[in-house]
Amino acid sequence: MTPDAEGEIVQFDNVGLRYGTGREVLSDVSFTLYPGSFYFLTGASGAGKTSLLKLLYLAQRPSRGAIHMFGTDAITMPRERLPLLRRRLGVVFQDFRLVPHLSAFDNVALPLRVSGAAERDIVQPVADMLEWVGLADRMDARPATLSGGEQQRVAIARAVIGRPQLLVADEPTGNVDPDMAVKLLRLFEALNRLGTTVVVATHDAHLLRKVPESLIMRLDKGRLSDPTGALRYPPRRQTGPA
Amino acid sequence: MNDAPPIPQAASRLPRRSAEIVPQARMSGPIPWVIAIMVALMVVAAAGGLALRNTGKAAARELSGGITVQIVEARPAERDRQARAALALLQRAQGVTEPRIVPQAELDALVEPWLGEAVDEQAQGGGQGDSLGVPVPALIDARLAGSLAPARLAALQEQLRRTAPSARVDDQAIWLRPVFGAAQSLQWLAVALIVLLSGATGAAVLLAARTALGNNRETIEIVHLLGGTDAQIAAIFQRSIAFDAIGGGVVGFGAAFVVIALLGRSFAQLQAGIVTGSALGWMDWALLALVPAVAAVVATITARWTVMRALRRML
Repeated sequence: MTPDAEGEIVQFDNVGLRYGTGREVLSDVSFTLYPGSFYFLTGASGAGKTSLLKLLYLAQRPSRGAIHMFGTDAITMPRERLPLLRRRLGVVFQDFRLVPHLSAFDNVALPLRVSGAAERDIVQPVADMLEWVGLADRMDARPATLSGGEQQRVAIARAVIGRPQLLVADEPTGNVDPDMAVKLLRLFEALNRLGTTVVVATHDAHLLRKVPESLIMRLDKGRLSDPTGALRYPPRRQTGPA
Repeated sequence: MNDAPPIPQAASRLPRRSAEIVPQARMSGPIPWVIAIMVALMVVAAAGGLALRNTGKAAARELSGGITVQIVEARPAERDRQARAALALLQRAQGVTEPRIVPQAELDALVEPWLGEAVDEQAQGGGQGDSLGVPVPALIDARLAGSLAPARLAALQEQLRRTAPSARVDDQAIWLRPVFGAAQSLQWLAVALIVLLSGATGAAVLLAARTALGNNRETIEIVHLLGGTDAQIAAIFQRSIAFDAIGGGVVGFGAAFVVIALLGRSFAQLQAGIVTGSALGWMDWALLALVPAVAAVVATITARWTVMRALRRML
């Protein structure tokens, strides 16, 4: 199966992943993500959520199967072209992965700088984003001086600052209070309404109910639960601003 | 705090200075100093090589075509007669220019280091050039136009023997040929040293770049995952190394300049004719100034190559 003319954002076909010579941590994973979809990825610890996200944000190549992203084969694609694909993604890492010697401001600005944005087009959006996540007064703070929740908010701000086409978040609300969790979810929804496909891995069952239109991807021991085939062959969605 | 999410739009404001993605500690750590030492050694070696080349050129210019006719005769009167006869012959001979009998004062100066000032007094009191009863040959300097082939020298010797049986013709350059050979070997040694030191500089930079990569691996991975290209990441490291190499190069060149100036002063005090020709000219200094520039280029290319090679192993 190959991407159709309307352009799925992501298509996984019978993807398997094993690290080294160990057992497969993901087996026969197949699904399709269209622009504007909102997914929650759930599963017990060790079910393979982080491994699946790693494949989604191109930090890992699968051991078998096929992955198409933005209409191109992400497995056979030469590695020189991967950066352009990665710039269309936003990633919230579970461990935040902030650059330790950069301030909150510079961490959030990093994706824009990497993609070559002019400095005059960076300052205002980054300042606005940090203000919105409640860190206006911590712009110059280094990650080591921020609390876990503040680091997480910086990580989220960095992930969304470039208006990604696909936002992948690994437990993005794990370290923030419930109010901030809802607030961050609203940010993801706002981006989603503008056409960004969102995949959020979470343990938080309450969070799932906050986005009624979302689809649930449930992983169990490396296998994706999809009894109706709705994940592999999802119905088309309306995209664009609501 | 505004509840509407700030979906980024293009905006304008005064630019804010961007921080370096990888920490840049300019002119810190061992690398600038390693490069400074390497550059200093390379500049001194290159200066030595150039000085030797200049010495060789000056000596060759001075001695090229020069011959010395010795009249090795113990009897002063006969020696004078043969010297005058040889001079007359040389003045008539084709292709021989500037023949002159070396004056007694010069001869005295030549042998003075071995025989002392008594030569002078003896010469004034007794036979010319006979110091304490030691006969000193009469010398005639001359220049030959064209090449100094052994056959030509032999023919001249033969001609001279007929009028001055005690005459012996020497090619002036022949005595210095081993010196020239040794000087040339030293020049090659200087070249070899420069090549080796360039290699050592490259190796030091390679190790430094690898260490820097290892220390910043986490940051590099993040930048990669955010869409950073190998070239962008390599540029950060190569810029940092280039800065260190330029700084180290300037320091090294400065140190070498002081050493060369001091050595030059010491050699100048020797007042030996052959050494005075070794002075470095403007072109030589221009060549020496290229050494830190080349070292900076070598360091930058090595850093880029090392980083690009390491990054290619990452996804």
